[in-house]
Amino acid sequence: MASYETFDYDVLIVGAGGAGLRAAIEASTGDLRVGLVCKSLLGKAHTVMAEGGVAAALANVDERDSWRVHFADTMRGGQYLSDARMAELHAKESPERVRELEKWGALFDRTQDGSILQRNFGGHQYPRLAHVGDRTGLEMIRALQDHGIHQGIDVYMENTIISLLKTGDRVSGAIGYEREKGRFKVFAAKAVVLATGGVGKAYQVTSNSWEYTGDGHSLAYHAGAELIDMEFVQFHPTGMVWPPSVKGILVTEGVRGEGGILTNSEGQRFMFNDIPELYANTTAESPEEGWLYTQGDREARRPPELLTRDHVARCIVREVQEGRGSPHGGVFLDIAWIKEKLPNAEEHIRRKLPSMYHQFKELADIDITQEPMEVGPTTHYIMGGIRVDADSQMTCVPGLFAAGECAAGLHGANRLGGNSLSDLLVFGKRAGEYAAQFATENDAVPIEESHIEEIAQHVLKPFDNPPEGDNPYEIQSQLQEKMQQLVGIARSQESLNQAIEEIKMLCEKAENTHVVGNREYNAGWHTALDLDCLLTVSEAIALAALERKASIGAHSRDDFPEKEEPGAGKYNTIIHKTDDNTMSIRREIVPELTDEQRQIIEEMG
Amino acid sequence: MDKATFKIWRGDADTAEFVDYETEVSEGMVVLDAVHRIQAEQANDLAVRWNCKAGKCGSCSAEVNGNPKLLCMTRLSDLPLDEPVTVEPMRAFPLIKDLVTDVSWNYKVKEKMKPFTPRPPDAEDGTWRMEQVDIDHIQEFKKCIECFLCQDVCHVLREHDLHDAFIGPRYLVYAASLEMHPIDTENRLEELKNEDGIGYCNITKCCTKVCPEHITITDNAIIPLKERVVDEFYDPLRRLFKVFTG
Ligand SMILES: Cc1cc2nc3c(=O)[nH]c(=O)nc-3n(C[C@H](O)[C@H](O)[C@H](O)COP(=O)(O)OP(=O)(O)OC[C@H]3O[C@@H](n4cnc5c(N)ncnc54)[C@H](O)[C@@H]3O)c2cc1C
Ligand code: SF4
Ligand code: SF4
Ligand code: FES
Repeated sequence: MASYETFDYDVLIVGAGGAGLRAAIEASTGDLRVGLVCKSLLGKAHTVMAEGGVAAALANVDERDSWRVHFADTMRGGQYLSDARMAELHAKESPERVRELEKWGALFDRTQDGSILQRNFGGHQYPRLAHVGDRTGLEMIRALQDHGIHQGIDVYMENTIISLLKTGDRVSGAIGYEREKGRFKVFAAKAVVLATGGVGKAYQVTSNSWEYTGDGHSLAYHAGAELIDMEFVQFHPTGMVWPPSVKGILVTEGVRGEGGILTNSEGQRFMFNDIPELYANTTAESPEEGWLYTQGDREARRPPELLTRDHVARCIVREVQEGRGSPHGGVFLDIAWIKEKLPNAEEHIRRKLPSMYHQFKELADIDITQEPMEVGPTTHYIMGGIRVDADSQMTCVPGLFAAGECAAGLHGANRLGGNSLSDLLVFGKRAGEYAAQFATENDAVPIEESHIEEIAQHVLKPFDNPPEGDNPYEIQSQLQEKMQQLVGIARSQESLNQAIEEIKMLCEKAENTHVVGNREYNAGWHTALDLDCLLTVSEAIALAALERKASIGAHSRDDFPEKEEPGAGKYNTIIHKTDDNTMSIRREIVPELTDEQRQIIEEMG
Repeated sequence: MDKATFKIWRGDADTAEFVDYETEVSEGMVVLDAVHRIQAEQANDLAVRWNCKAGKCGSCSAEVNGNPKLLCMTRLSDLPLDEPVTVEPMRAFPLIKDLVTDVSWNYKVKEKMKPFTPRPPDAEDGTWRMEQVDIDHIQEFKKCIECFLCQDVCHVLREHDLHDAFIGPRYLVYAASLEMHPIDTENRLEELKNEDGIGYCNITKCCTKVCPEHITITDNAIIPLKERVVDEFYDPLRRLFKVFTG
């Protein structure tokens, strides 16, 4: 028998980023027992890295902004594949969620009249991103953390959930291991909220950390929940490309929001060459107009550098492929040029983009106030994820909820910058609220011990596998290489079929990974366990990418360049696990909009 | 490709020692890259914390050639590679394994401090008005990524082990960010003087020197707090005033 300790909660939250913390705070407002589990130390989740800002139609900088415009922007950005109800709730509730953070100690940058300042970002019609320089995520996670630690929530840091537990149809808890000693912990819970973030570690070039192995996606899938639109993986247009060891680290869109421009090796501002139909009316005609926009001129339209991320990423790839790239295979991102426009430009850049300034100075020996950066696309975010009910965030498994990056619906085919931090707040709160309600209305269900035993055996297997078994790091890096090559920015039937084959082979290899050492803080063992999740989400991404025979939003098929498949209509792809343990995919037509939603989109679309 | 030798602290609280690893190094690498390469190729079970790899999360704190550093922001090109590079865990905290230490004490310290307590909102929509100039200095404190390098280097904790009597520079910065917050109404001076032990700090400024966020911990946070404590408890006029007002 495997030995383990058991803990009892009303609501268990898996993940302590913005979504998990916000959910935990909400769930603990009554007198429920709330547990919060995370893989790293508290305050280190991905949310801490977010730079640019959090989107909310506060209308502090431009009073023309409103939830209606934010809603329309989000729908347009998502190519109308978003769940409209989620987009509506998000646009309506994010201002309140942002304001509330100041009640808990956050301090955003200020406008002249002392309210929360907002900046421009790609795809947002008006300056909408509340921010703190370029360390917004830090401010946000710290405010939630510092408030959360006084709410009576039990926090389990450096613990990893490896499986959800079910009793009948309902979720009954989760099992995990603690990093320090490798011991098992069983968390019995009436409701479980997944807030585990993304999947970036499935790729070679990524802005994401070791934590992003798609755990929540995979846990939910294996527990019978559905995954939707998994083909939509956002490649952020600007990651660092040099030196090799920092390749993929994010360069915030805030650089472009502050006036940064993209140029190729011929010094040409290539973004002006290709402006999509959908945005033709709202894009600047000249560099001057674009500059005025970034400086807050309300009559000016946005520069093409601030078009949606999928488009900017594709333009960069095209420049590089056609031989107009920078020395290390990217293009140039230049903020230093604003010297021509502003007298105190150097100081201005350092103040507005302090962490970018340091990042380049310290990691690449580049002074961004003097010279351009080299940038190229990096895997950044997954729009697809666990399918949830828009209002309650519950999955199709009773008692199982999801919020934040691991959940899906809000962003459709492409996420607008800043819409993730607000997503975490709005739907983190909702998930916490409805999970608490579920826990109040339902009794606990007993956990089945046999299930625990089975999981424990599987998890300990890498220690017993013969030593000739593969090194888990090796398998991880092979997977990343294949995903990058075959399921990256440009995809085709051939590459995707090949990817699925490769993933199957790696799954077999992963069965036999061998790890050395003991269970205590053993990175090799953890990597071996993460592989299960990584392989599951990789397969889901490839399968969904194969299913969508079109190029829309973040998903591009070389063999199907059109935005829509003739006669197929607008659909979401939906993945679930069948009884015989295989991954199956189907399509569902995107639901009709309400009259009000349609009207808003017609007015502003 | 060039090679370099890394002496990495391996072991747990009971036994640990430096182990030499030779690995390939290339342009632009940071110490964390080298540690990862060693982990992937030679020591699969090597324990090291990291998340962002960009100096933003404060997870990868350790001591490189004896200096408290973020492993992800320490470039190999800034180190002499003709001799071995030593990489060891922070010494002010108990070792868990290899480069990972038990920093839970820090989290407990924070939990005990009085939380942020705002005055009633200024505007109907529940918001406050604050001038940018009035928050610039707190925004400096709020850059803290909780790497605990300042805690690691402070002699009060590192050498004198006064973890029970002194909250350390990180939490003095935290206290400053709350005390100087324009809308906070709480008074933390009593705690600062007593439980938090601000008097133990003798302004050596070692903490400021190691802070990767370049927070001027001593000058901007600790000294002003000390002054407030002095004003509150040792200022004869104020004491007299207190006697009369009760
Ligand atoms: C560099 C960077 C910059 C960004 N900038 C912006 C921005 O400016 N604006 C914006 O809106 N968005 C931005 N994003 C996106 C945004 O930061 C993320 O999408 C968001 O923070 C995700 O939050 P989350 O709460 O869903 O998950 P996270 O913050 O990633 O938290 C996930 C949590 O789940 C835990 N976890 C995962 N698996 C397990 C498991 N198996 N068991 C237990 N715990 C687990 C982790 O330990 C962690 O605590 C940025 C992202 C990056 C990488
Ligand atoms: S200045 Fe004070 S807090 Fe900082 S290291 Fe010296 S004694 Fe410690
Ligand atoms: S004050 Fe500086 S050194 Fe101390 S924990 Fe914060 S960031 Fe680290
Ligand atoms: S890994 Fe985040 S600071 Fe080093």
